[in-house]
Amino acid sequence: MNEIVASFARFLPRFMEMLVIVVLGWLIAFILKVLLRSVLKITRFDRLSEHTGATQLLRGAALPSLTELVSRFVFWVAWMGFILLGISVLGLVGIEQHVASFFGFLPRLFASLLILFFGLLGASFFSRAALLSGVNAGLPSPRLISWAVRTMIILFVVSMAFEELGVGSRTMIVAFALTFGALMLGLALAFGLGGKDLARKYLERRFARERDESRDREDELSPL
Amino acid sequence: MPQESILSDDFIRELINVGEVDILVGLPTYNNGETVGQVVQAVRTGLLKYFPRARSVIINADGGSRDGTQDLVRAASISDLSVSSDVHALRTLHSISTQYEGGPANGIALHTIFAAADLLQARACAVVSPESTTIEPDWMDRLLRPVLNDSRDLVLPVYRRHKFDGLLVRNLLYPLTRAVYKCQLREPYPSDFAFSGGLGSQFLSQDIWSKEQGRQGTELWLTLSALVGKFKLAQSFLGTKARQENPRSDLVNAMRETAGILFCSMDSFSSVWRDSQPPVDAPCLGCQPAVSLEPLRLNRKRLHQMYVFGLSELEPVFLSILSPATHADLKRLATLSEESFAFPAELWARTVYEFSVSYHKAVIGRDHVVQALVPLFRGRAYTFLTENREASAEEVEGNLEALCQTFEREKPYLLGLWDGGK
Repeated sequence: MNEIVASFARFLPRFMEMLVIVVLGWLIAFILKVLLRSVLKITRFDRLSEHTGATQLLRGAALPSLTELVSRFVFWVAWMGFILLGISVLGLVGIEQHVASFFGFLPRLFASLLILFFGLLGASFFSRAALLSGVNAGLPSPRLISWAVRTMIILFVVSMAFEELGVGSRTMIVAFALTFGALMLGLALAFGLGGKDLARKYLERRFARERDESRDREDELSPL
Repeated sequence: MPQESILSDDFIRELINVGEVDILVGLPTYNNGETVGQVVQAVRTGLLKYFPRARSVIINADGGSRDGTQDLVRAASISDLSVSSDVHALRTLHSISTQYEGGPANGIALHTIFAAADLLQARACAVVSPESTTIEPDWMDRLLRPVLNDSRDLVLPVYRRHKFDGLLVRNLLYPLTRAVYKCQLREPYPSDFAFSGGLGSQFLSQDIWSKEQGRQGTELWLTLSALVGKFKLAQSFLGTKARQENPRSDLVNAMRETAGILFCSMDSFSSVWRDSQPPVDAPCLGCQPAVSLEPLRLNRKRLHQMYVFGLSELEPVFLSILSPATHADLKRLATLSEESFAFPAELWARTVYEFSVSYHKAVIGRDHVVQALVPLFRGRAYTFLTENREASAEEVEGNLEALCQTFEREKPYLLGLWDGGK
């Protein structure tokens, strides 16, 4: 009994220490969140996110604004760090190792999130560029082209992010290669076999249109 | 650190041999072998006939032609020769050709010409398009005289053009420039124009040469800079503008050079045009009715199809750029048949203003905003062609005036959007 009381007496200060660290950590994480949110609002981070198409992406996934998302992410990562720090103070066997591996994992988590963020922005930008070029050139199915560009980039980016995290990196690379290959093969088959009539019609229409245009002299209209 | 000159050492040596000049005529070329000889001949005759006592030089800035363009220009260098019975040179008329790096790009060619004019301390400079096959010797007089005698800083051309030529200039560039900058410039994006040495030096010192407006649409930026800088402007009637055999069919690039540059200027000079400034005077010298009416067979159907196609395919892009009301109106238009389709001037003005504000606020990539305007412009061009199909020259002018007045009337809408939220 005395031993239990003694060990509890030894444990209690450390537990209190842990509680203080966790509460203090929550406070620091909360202040960090508020500060970051204010800085991002002042620097109009949401506008940047809107320009690059990230806002639309988040809205589509029913997620809050990018400012809110980044602030919350920083809050949880910071508080998580303090919680683990607090737990390590308890001196439980094996915990230190997990805490160390968590802090070692953080840079890779940040890197993969950055890859994911910029990759998604790139996907949005290039798919929109493909859509606009397709529409202005009068290509058939510009939305399909745009979707294909977006999907390719997202697949590539997700596989890169997983590789950075080291989570099933080989599986992801193989999955990406398979999906990419299947997509290409599918497109080749679609255009080569399934779409041969469509391709013929398109080419006929295109050349016929060029002939019509030269006949109708539309090209002689100078916009400038 | 001193800025590195765009002029090569060899070119500077040639310019130093010429010495100071009164008049410089610049000729930006790229594979214009078919027409450049005729243009240089007219320029040379014009200079000798109207400015026989002036020290003059023709500078050709070439973007890397492979059809002998430069040789044709060099061949025009003469020394005290008479070019016709009534034209005699009193001074040497030099003709220098140089090839600039990083071309072909009209902006770099102009940069070269401006730098040469600055080095030679030219009092008056003209830039002539190598494609201006309708050029007459008196164009030199009409362009340069207001600079030399009336101290005008920028002389822009007014041409007689076919009623369906320059659709982008008539439907967007002219009305928007007029409404925003309060100046009635018929050709704000000139291919033939003249400027004073003072304006040239000021323009040369601008920090634009590494930017987009320093590569394309530079002439438009020059016009707008002169307007904003309160330089003295004038317009001069030159006659018929040559219709190109193969005009650039790339409407997207044309849109970048016009709407892109104009939107960019509205963003840069917003403090100037948002203030209630008085109208800017740009008298038109020798102006005449400027519309010709030769019959043309046109394929309008495709313009309509491209409008309808673009509006449906680009819906997510338009939702970012346009207000819901304008977008709904444009969608309603797309449901109309070809016969009943009409893009009203008010809606067109509102659409253009919303695009300019979206460019300013960069709601999506700015180049994407400009590209997205192309299908809508096709719809407006369709209406312009339909409206003026049987119209006389006066009616075409009347319709254009009505469009400009609509843009002016809708300007408070632009100001409201610019200052407030979408």
